[in-house]
Amino acid sequence: MTALGKLFRTTAFKLSLAYLVIFTLFAFFLLGYIAFNARRLIADQVASVVEAETQGLAEQYMAGGLRRLVEIIEQRSRQPGASLYLVMGPGGDKLAGNIGQLPPDLLNQTGQRQIAYFHNDDDRRPHMALVRIYDLPSRVKLLVGHDLAEADRLRSVIRRAFGWSLSLVVILALLGGWFVTRRVLGRIDAMTDTTRGIMEGNLSGRLALSGSNDELDRLAVGLNAMLDRIEELMTGLKEVSDNIAHDLKTPLTRLRNGAEQALRTAQSPDDYRQALEGTIEEADNLIRVFNALLMIARAEAGSAHDGVSDFDLAEMARDVVELYEPVAEEAGVPLTLDVPPGLRLKGSRELVGQALANLVDNAIKYAPRPLDPGAAPNAQPGVRVSAATRGDAVEIAVADGGPGIPAADRNRVLERFVRLEGARTRPGFGLGLSLAAAVARLHGGVLRLEDNEPGLRAVVALPLPSGGA
Amino acid sequence: MDMKLLIVEDDKDSASYLVKAFRESGHVADHAADGLDGYALAREGDYDVLIIDRMLPKLDGLSLIHGLREQKVETPVLILSALGQVDDRVKGLRAGGDDYLPKPYAFSELLARTEVLARRRRSGPAEETRYRVGDLELDRLSHQVTRAGKPVDLQPREFRLLEYLMKHAGQVVTRTMLLENVWDYHFDPQTNVIDVHLSRLRGKVDKGFDRPLIHTVRGAGYMVRDGAR
Repeated sequence: MTALGKLFRTTAFKLSLAYLVIFTLFAFFLLGYIAFNARRLIADQVASVVEAETQGLAEQYMAGGLRRLVEIIEQRSRQPGASLYLVMGPGGDKLAGNIGQLPPDLLNQTGQRQIAYFHNDDDRRPHMALVRIYDLPSRVKLLVGHDLAEADRLRSVIRRAFGWSLSLVVILALLGGWFVTRRVLGRIDAMTDTTRGIMEGNLSGRLALSGSNDELDRLAVGLNAMLDRIEELMTGLKEVSDNIAHDLKTPLTRLRNGAEQALRTAQSPDDYRQALEGTIEEADNLIRVFNALLMIARAEAGSAHDGVSDFDLAEMARDVVELYEPVAEEAGVPLTLDVPPGLRLKGSRELVGQALANLVDNAIKYAPRPLDPGAAPNAQPGVRVSAATRGDAVEIAVADGGPGIPAADRNRVLERFVRLEGARTRPGFGLGLSLAAAVARLHGGVLRLEDNEPGLRAVVALPLPSGGA
Repeated sequence: MDMKLLIVEDDKDSASYLVKAFRESGHVADHAADGLDGYALAREGDYDVLIIDRMLPKLDGLSLIHGLREQKVETPVLILSALGQVDDRVKGLRAGGDDYLPKPYAFSELLARTEVLARRRRSGPAEETRYRVGDLELDRLSHQVTRAGKPVDLQPREFRLLEYLMKHAGQVVTRTMLLENVWDYHFDPQTNVIDVHLSRLRGKVDKGFDRPLIHTVRGAGYMVRDGAR
C-alpha cells in the first residue's frame, strides 16, 4: 500500500474529510442566506425609491406641465449618482432623460420591471436597472429607474467572501487532518513495528509511551501488562519443559537400563518378575513426577481456576492433619493443630489442601524423632499446624523442630527438583515446596520459609476474600 | 461377578490391551474405535459399564456420554482421559460420567473402579442401612460397629473408611478410591498415608480375631471379605 493510500484509510483522515464536508455545507448555507436576504432588501429599497420619485415627478407634471417636468429632470440628471430618467413625448420621441433609446414596445408596458439599458445611444454595454413606467396625461410617458449595479457589487462581494471562506475551511481541515493523522499514524506505526518485533520472537519488547497518558498510552500500558504476563508464562513454560526434559530423562534412563539388564542377566521367571516389578515401580514414580510438574505448571499459569469455591480453612486443615495423623504417630512425631474456627477462604480446596499436605508431609519427615541424639536440645517436639489472620491475609503455618533450611537456600528450595544435601537420602522428588509455592501464588498469596529456631516454619499467606472474613 | 463391558478407545494398542486384560479377569469386553461406533454399540448392547476415552475421533467422549444420557441410557460410564486435573474431572462428571480415571493408570485401579460401577448398577440405588461381613456389623444410622457382638470404638473418619470398604465388600478398593471417597481429595499424598490409616483400622477391627476381614490385595489395594466363604 502506498503512503497516500494508507493515509486515506486512516480513521483520522476519514474524520477530517467528514468535518470538511460539514463545514463547507454550513458555509454555503450561511452565505447563501445572507446573499438572498441582502438582495431582497436592496431590491425593496430601490423599488420604493423609484416609486416615490415617480409619484413626485407626476405631481410636478400635473402642477407645472411638461416644461416643468423636463426642467426638473434635466436638473436631476446632472447630479452625480442620479437616478435614471426618460420622458417621451406623445410621438415616442425622447424629450429629456439620461439614458439612451429604449425599444418602443417596452414603454407601452407600465408598472415596475427590470430592464437592460444603455447610458446613451453609443453605449455598447448594457446595464441592469429597475424601472417604473408611468403614463402621464396627454400621452406623455415618464420612466424613472435605478441602476442595479449596487446589487451586483454586493453579489460579487458575497461571492468573493464565499470563495475565501471556503478555501480557508478546506485548507484548515486538510492541515488539521494531516497533522492529526500523521501524529496518530506515527504512533500506531511504532506500535505495529514493536508488536511485529515481538511476534518475530523478541518477547522482551514493549510499546513506547508518550507520557501524555492519553488513550493510546493507556492502550499501550494495558498491552504491555499483557505482554509481561505472556513473557512470564512463556518463561515458566520453557523452564517446565527444560526441567521435564532433564528430570524425566534420568529416571527414564534408569527404567531402560533396568529392563536391559534384566534381559541380559535374568535366569529364572522370578528374576523377570522382579525386574518387571521394578520397572512398574519406576514408571509409577515417573507418572507421579509428571503429574506434580503438570499441576505446578497449571497452578502457575493460573488455569486451575475452575475448582474455586468458598471453603472453611479450619475444616480443611483438620482434614489434612487427620489424614497425616497416623503417619505422624507411626513416626513418633506428635502432630498438633491450632486453627481458630470460622476462617473462610476463597480458592481451590483441592489445591490448598494439597499444598498444606505437602508441608505437613515434609515437616513429619524432618521433625526430630523422639530420643534422637542428633536433635537440638531446645527443639520443638513434633509438628505444629496453626493459622491466624494478619492484616487482610490468613497465614497458615506448619512448624517443625528439625534441621530447618539455611537462610541462603530458602529461595532455592522453592524451585523445582531442588533437594538439599541432607534430603537426598529421604524419599521425595523435590516438588512438594514448589507446588505449595505455586498454589500460594495462584491464590494471590505467598509461601514464606522462616526459621523456627531451630527447625523450619513454612507459612502460606493467602489474602482473605474481600468483604470480610 | 462377571461383567459385560464396552471399551471406546481409538488407540489400538491400549484397546486390545484392555480387552485382553478384562477377559483374563473373567469379563466380557467389546471394543469400539470411534465415538459414533461407541454410541451405536452403547445404545444397543446391554453393558454393565462403558469405559470411554475422552478424546475420540468422530464424536468426542463427553458428547458421546451426553448423547447417551439424553437418550436415557443410564449405563455407568468411566471416563479415561489424558487430562487429569481437578477441573477436567469436574467437567467429565458433569457431562454424565460416573467416574474419572486419568491416564496413565494401573489396570488394577481401572478394574477395581469398573467393578464398583458394575455392582452399583446391579444392586440399584437402594442404600442399605446395615452392612454385614462375617461377624462384623456396621449400622449406618446409629454409627455403631460391632465385631462378634462386641462394640468396636472408631473415630468418625475410621467409621467412614470401614463403611466404604464394607459397602464394597468382596471388591478391591484402591488407595486412590479411598482418598477420593473418604477424604474427598484427588491428589497424590506422596507418602503411604492410606496404608497407615488402614493398618490402624485393622488394629481395631481384626486384632484379637483369628479370621481377618480386611485384606491387602497386592499391587491393587484392599478388600473386606469374609475369608471363609
